[in-house]
Amino acid sequence: MNMKRLITYTMMVGALTGISMVGRSTAREMRTDEQVVRITASTFQFQPSTITVKKGVPVTLELVSEDRHHGFKLADFHLRAEVKPGVVERIRFVPDKAGKFTFICDVFCGDGHEDMTGTLLVLEDSIRP
Amino acid sequence: MNNLLNRRDLLKLAGMGVAVFVSGTTVRAGGSSQKENESFYFVQLSDTHWGFSGPNINPDSQGTLKKAVAAVNALDERPDFVVFTGDLTQTSDDSRIRRDRMAEFRDIVSQLNVKTVRFMPGEHDASLDRGEAYQEFFGDLHYTFDHRGVHFISLDNVSDPSGSVGDKQLLWLQSDLKQMKKDARIVVLTHRPLFDLYPEWDWATRDGSAVIDVLLQHPNVTVLYGHIHQEHHHMTGHISHHAAKSVMWALPQPGSLPRKAPISWDPAEPYRDLGFRNVEAKVAEAQYEIEEFPIVRGQ
Ligand SMILES: [Cu+2]
Repeated sequence: MNMKRLITYTMMVGALTGISMVGRSTAREMRTDEQVVRITASTFQFQPSTITVKKGVPVTLELVSEDRHHGFKLADFHLRAEVKPGVVERIRFVPDKAGKFTFICDVFCGDGHEDMTGTLLVLEDSIRP
Repeated sequence: MNNLLNRRDLLKLAGMGVAVFVSGTTVRAGGSSQKENESFYFVQLSDTHWGFSGPNINPDSQGTLKKAVAAVNALDERPDFVVFTGDLTQTSDDSRIRRDRMAEFRDIVSQLNVKTVRFMPGEHDASLDRGEAYQEFFGDLHYTFDHRGVHFISLDNVSDPSGSVGDKQLLWLQSDLKQMKKDARIVVLTHRPLFDLYPEWDWATRDGSAVIDVLLQHPNVTVLYGHIHQEHHHMTGHISHHAAKSVMWALPQPGSLPRKAPISWDPAEPYRDLGFRNVEAKVAEAQYEIEEFPIVRGQ
């Protein structure tokens, strides 16, 4: 909701200030390439298990469980969340480093808990068109 | 860790106040000058995961715990007690199977030739039902006991599935320690590491730093734990933390592989990296000598 309002606002500002705003991407809020990725947790996997994002571009993860209480922990970015059925938990962050990072379920959920991992691929910003 | 420690070498880990013996040699240094009543032995076993099955990881999953019990019974010196630091059983969603495994485990370890056996839960035992079945079989999730001048505290960082000790238990710990003399000999037994060993693999306790802050107020505290299925030694301030091997399968060193997964069974060296430890508590010096033993002699 906030996001939408912010984008509308920046579009208005853009229209008022004319051509000078076009193509400027320094204001993070103006980015239209923000990635929203929904990750579904279930025993014992994350779907999708690999997510690819771009460095410097804001990412919103929407986390929800299909069955029981799970966790989401992305230690390299100091992020974690509870993942529960019926609740969409949102984490927004800007990946500030490129590379391959592992996220895990950090709420013990059963026999396959240790297998419940996924990969975050952060690509270098220069790859962005 | 094994690469760092010379097998059959006696090693004083600098600043830890702990001598670590590897390989189950019965050689002890400096023991003769000690009066008998100043020290005692206890055995720590960990992560027995009774009910586990995985032929590539441990093809003798039905026999390894029994061999470990026999190995403890065959020790030259009988320990005062044996403690299991969690993951007694392999988890199951089925509460009946969970209880069957606990009953079988209890039967097997009743063969230990010692007077007292102490238990504590691991996440496999207690996380799915908040310790309900565990308490039916093994009693309290956290407790203290005193033995020959040492105050033992068994902490539960697993019955909350998020791997926390929790505020209630933390208050309980604070009030327990308040009754202790400043220089009391304190040994904390727990399942997960209390410090951030490797959070990427969830080798941590979520509120572990709060526990350590409380423990730091006492000068003589040693922590023995399990969960990581390998020997590991670490200091937080003056507190030393010592992880034990598993009886069922080994795990790689923290962060040494992209994924945390059990180390495959090596038919050339069966039971390699599995084991248990004998701990000699030197009460007067507040020092502990840890001697690592294999499941099968000759390993
Ligand atoms: Cu999970």
